[in-house]
Amino acid sequence: MNIEVFVFGVIFVIALGSSIAMLFAKNAVHVALFLVGTQIALAGAFLLQGAFFVAAVQIIVYAGAIMVLFLFVIMLLGVDYRESLTEPLHGQRGWATVLGGLFAVEILYVAFRGTDLALGRLTAGGAGIEEINRDPGNVISLARSLFSTYLLPFEATSVLLVVAIVGVMVLARRIGATEHLATPQSEADDELVEGAA
Amino acid sequence: MSVDPGYYLALAALMFTIGAVGALVRKNAIVIFMFIELMLNAVNLVFVTFARVHGHIDGQVLVFFVLVVAAAEVVVGLAIITVIFRHRASANVDDVNLLRR
Amino acid sequence: MTADILGQGFSANLAPWVIAIPLVSSMVLLFFGKRVGKLAGVVASGAIGLSFVLSVILFLRLIGVEAGHETYNLRAAGYHGFDWISVGGFSVAFDLLVDQLSIVMLLVVTGVGTLIHVYSIGYMHDDPRYPRFFSYLNLFAASMLLLVLADNALLLYVGWEGVGLCSYLLIGFWFEKPSAANAAKKAFIVNRIGDFSFLIGIFLLTTTVGSLTIGQINEHAGAMTAGAATIIALLLFGGATGKSAQIPLYVWLPDAMEGPTPVSALIHAATMVTAGVYMVARLSPVFEASGDTALMVVGYIGAATALLAAVMACFEYDIKRVLAYSTISQLGYMFMAHGVHAYSAGIFHLVTHAFFKALMFLGAGAVMHALAGEVDMRKMGGLRKVMPITGWTFMMGWLAICGVIPFAGFFSKDAILASAWASGDYAIWAVGILTAFLTAFYMSRLYFRVFEGRVIVPEGVHVHDVPPSMAAALIPLGVLSVVGGAINLPSILTLEHFLEPVVGESRVPEGLTPWLLAGAALLVAASGVLIARVLYLSRAGSLRRRKLEARLAWLVEPARNKFYVDRIYGATIVLPGKRLATWFADRFDPNVVDGLLVGSGKFVARTSERLRGIQSGYVRNYAATFLLGVVVIFTIVLAKVTL
Repeated sequence: MNIEVFVFGVIFVIALGSSIAMLFAKNAVHVALFLVGTQIALAGAFLLQGAFFVAAVQIIVYAGAIMVLFLFVIMLLGVDYRESLTEPLHGQRGWATVLGGLFAVEILYVAFRGTDLALGRLTAGGAGIEEINRDPGNVISLARSLFSTYLLPFEATSVLLVVAIVGVMVLARRIGATEHLATPQSEADDELVEGAA
Repeated sequence: MSVDPGYYLALAALMFTIGAVGALVRKNAIVIFMFIELMLNAVNLVFVTFARVHGHIDGQVLVFFVLVVAAAEVVVGLAIITVIFRHRASANVDDVNLLRR
Repeated sequence: MTADILGQGFSANLAPWVIAIPLVSSMVLLFFGKRVGKLAGVVASGAIGLSFVLSVILFLRLIGVEAGHETYNLRAAGYHGFDWISVGGFSVAFDLLVDQLSIVMLLVVTGVGTLIHVYSIGYMHDDPRYPRFFSYLNLFAASMLLLVLADNALLLYVGWEGVGLCSYLLIGFWFEKPSAANAAKKAFIVNRIGDFSFLIGIFLLTTTVGSLTIGQINEHAGAMTAGAATIIALLLFGGATGKSAQIPLYVWLPDAMEGPTPVSALIHAATMVTAGVYMVARLSPVFEASGDTALMVVGYIGAATALLAAVMACFEYDIKRVLAYSTISQLGYMFMAHGVHAYSAGIFHLVTHAFFKALMFLGAGAVMHALAGEVDMRKMGGLRKVMPITGWTFMMGWLAICGVIPFAGFFSKDAILASAWASGDYAIWAVGILTAFLTAFYMSRLYFRVFEGRVIVPEGVHVHDVPPSMAAALIPLGVLSVVGGAINLPSILTLEHFLEPVVGESRVPEGLTPWLLAGAALLVAASGVLIARVLYLSRAGSLRRRKLEARLAWLVEPARNKFYVDRIYGATIVLPGKRLATWFADRFDPNVVDGLLVGSGKFVARTSERLRGIQSGYVRNYAATFLLGVVVIFTIVLAKVTL
C-alpha cells in the first residue's frame, strides 16, 4: 500500500471525524479543540500536497494564534456556559440538513466530474509543485510570487488588518472609557471588581 | 502522487458542508464563528489541491490571503460578540433579534 | 398685426396706459379700499375718465393720419409689450392693436364706462362695500379694454375671461341675497360653456393658422378649407352666444339683473355683452371663409334671439328684466347684421345701443332709487312729473330704441334692416321688422306705465329726483341717444367708411329702396308706439288688454314662463348633471375611488403581513435563506454547464 494513500486515509478520517464531532459538542471549548484537531489534520494534507510553508503557517497561525484567541474569548464570556442543543427555530435543523446535503452532493459532483475533466490535460504539469519545491524552494517561490505578482493585494491586506485593529479598538472600548482613565485608581479597581463579578 | 486530487476536493467539500450546517444549527455565536473557520479551512484545502493540480504556486499564495481575511474577521467578530455579551449577558444569536420589531 | 402690414401711421404707445390706469386703480381700491373710503368713487371715475381722455387722444392721432390705400392700413398701430409665451416657432406676445374697430370700441367702453362710474358715485353711496364696488368696476373696465385692444386671440381670451369674472363678482355683489348669489353662479356657469367653445375655437385656430395674432388669423383665414373655417367660426360664435346672451345661452342675462343697476347698465347692456359682437367683427375673415354657413347660423341665431327676447319682454313686469330682454333682443339685432356681412352696421348699432340702453338702465336705476328698490312696473306711474330729469332723459332713450327719426336707434336699426334687405335674405329682414315693431311696443309699454299717466308711487315713499352725480351721467347719455345717429347718417356713412379697412364694405341698397325701407321701419315703430298707447294710456286700456290677452293666451302663458327654457334646461341639463354629481359623490367616490385607495392599502398591508414571516429577526434564519440561494444558483449553474 502506498504510504501516501495510507496517510491520506488517516488524515481524511481525523479531519472529517473531528468536524462531525464539532457539530455535536456541547461545550464551546470542546468545539474549539475539535477544530484544532481538524486544522492539524489539514496541515498534514497540505504537507502531502507539497505546500510545506502553508502547512507550517496553518499550525502556527490557525491552530496556534487564532484558536488561542477563540479560547480567550470563550474564557472571557464564561467557560461553564453550555449551549442547549434544543432547536427553538421551527424547521431550522431540517432545512439546514437538507440544504447541506444538497450542497455536498453538488460540490462532490463538481469535484469528481471537474477533476475527471481537467486531469487529462493538467497532469502533465502535475509534477510542477515538486519541481518548484526542489529548484527555488517552496518558501522562495511563495515569497517571489507574494512580493511581486501579488504585491498590491498584499498591501491591501495590511490595510485591512489595520482597519480591523482600529475597528476592534472602537468596538471593545467601554463607553466613557477615557473618563475611567481620569478617575482615581480605587474607583477603576471597583469597576474591575464589578466587571469580574 | 497516487492519491487522486478528487479525494482532497471531496474532503474539502464535506468539511465545507459540515461548516455550513454547523453555522446554521448552532446558537452560540463563538461556535458559529468556529464553523465559519472550518469552512475557510476547507476552501484553503481546495486552493492547495488546485495548486498541485495546476503545478503552480499561486494557489498557495491565495491561502495567505484567506488567512489574513479570516484573522481580521475573527478579531472583529469576537469584538462584536464581547460587546453584545456585555449588553445582553448572552452569546446566543437568537437573543439578538431586534430587527424583528 | 405684423409690422409690415401696419402702416404705423401713428404711435400707439398710449394704449397700454388705457388698460393700466383702471387696473392699478382697481388694485389700489381692492387692497386699500377702506382707507380710501368714500373717495373710491372719485378715484375710480378719475381712472376710467383718464382712460377715456387717452382714448380720445389715440382717436385724434388715428384720424390725423391719412386713410391708407388698399393694401396698407395706415390707421392701425401696434404696441409690442413683451413676449408672453414662446414655444418653438409659436409665440404669443402681449401686443395691443389700435385700429378703427378697436378705437370705436375703446371710445364706447371708456366713454359710457366713465358716465356709469360717475352715476355709481350717487347710486351706490350708502353701500357698505362702496370701495370694493368701484374696484370691481375698474377691473371690469380694464379687462374689457384688454379684450378690445388685444392683438391676439389668446390675449383677447384673457380679457374675455376677465370680464366674465367681473360680471360674476358684480352680479353677486349683494351676495347676501340668495337670488343674487345664484344669478352670479348661473351667469358664470353659462358663460363658461360659451368660453369653453371659444377656447376650443382658439385652439383650432392655432393648429390651422399657426398663429394667434389677429392680423395673421385674418390674413390666412381665406386659406382655410371651408369646413375647417365653419367649425372654427361656429366654435367662436359659441363663445359669443355665451358672452352676448344669444340662443341657446341667453338665460343668464335676465337673472343677472340681480346685480346693482349700474352694473346692469355697464356690463349687461353697454359693454361686456357686446364682446361677442366685437369678436365676430374682429375675426370676420374667419367667418367669411366658411362660405355662407357660419354667417347664416350667426344671422338666424341672432334673428331668432331678437324675436324671442322681444316677445318675452312684452309680458314682463320687472322693469329691469324688460330692459334685459330688450338687450338680448338688440344683441340679436347686431348678430343679424353680422349674419348679412354688415359688420359695420352691427358695430354702429352696438354704439348707439350702448348709449340708449345704458341711459335706460340708469333711468330705471334712478326710478328704483327713488321708489326704494321697487321694480314692478304695475306699482309705478306718471313718474315724469315727479322726476323730470329721469323722465325726460328716459324718453330720449325710449324714442331712440323705438327707432323714431332722428334719434340714434333709428339710423342704426335702419342700417341693419337695409343691409338685410340688400343681402337678399328677406326672412331675416322680416324678423327684423317684426322685432322692431315688438321693440317699439314693449318699450312704449314700459315708458307709458312708468312715466306717463296717473302718478302712482308705493305708499310711504318720498319720491325724489336724481342727485347731481347721477344726473351728470343721464344727461350726456340722453344727448348721445338723440344725436348718436349722426356718426353714420345714411348715404354719408361716416362710421361705415371709417371701419371699412377693417371689416370690409357692407352692401347697401341703391336708389329709392333705402327710403322705402326706412319708411317701413318708421311705420312699424309708430304703430308699436300707438298700440302701446291704446293699451296702456287710454281709459279702456285695461279692458282691452284683458281681451287681447285672452285672445293671445297661447302666447302669453309660455312667454310669461320664459317659454319654459329655464325649466327645459333644468330638466335636461342641470338635473342630470346634479344626479350624476350625486351619483359620483354617493356611489362612485366612496365605492370605486375610495375602494381602490383602501383596497390597495389593504392589499399592501395583507401582503406585508404575509411577508413579515420571512423577517423573523433570527440571524440563523437569514443564513439558511442565504444557503438556499447558494444552492439554487449552484444548481442552475450546474444544470447549464452539464446539460
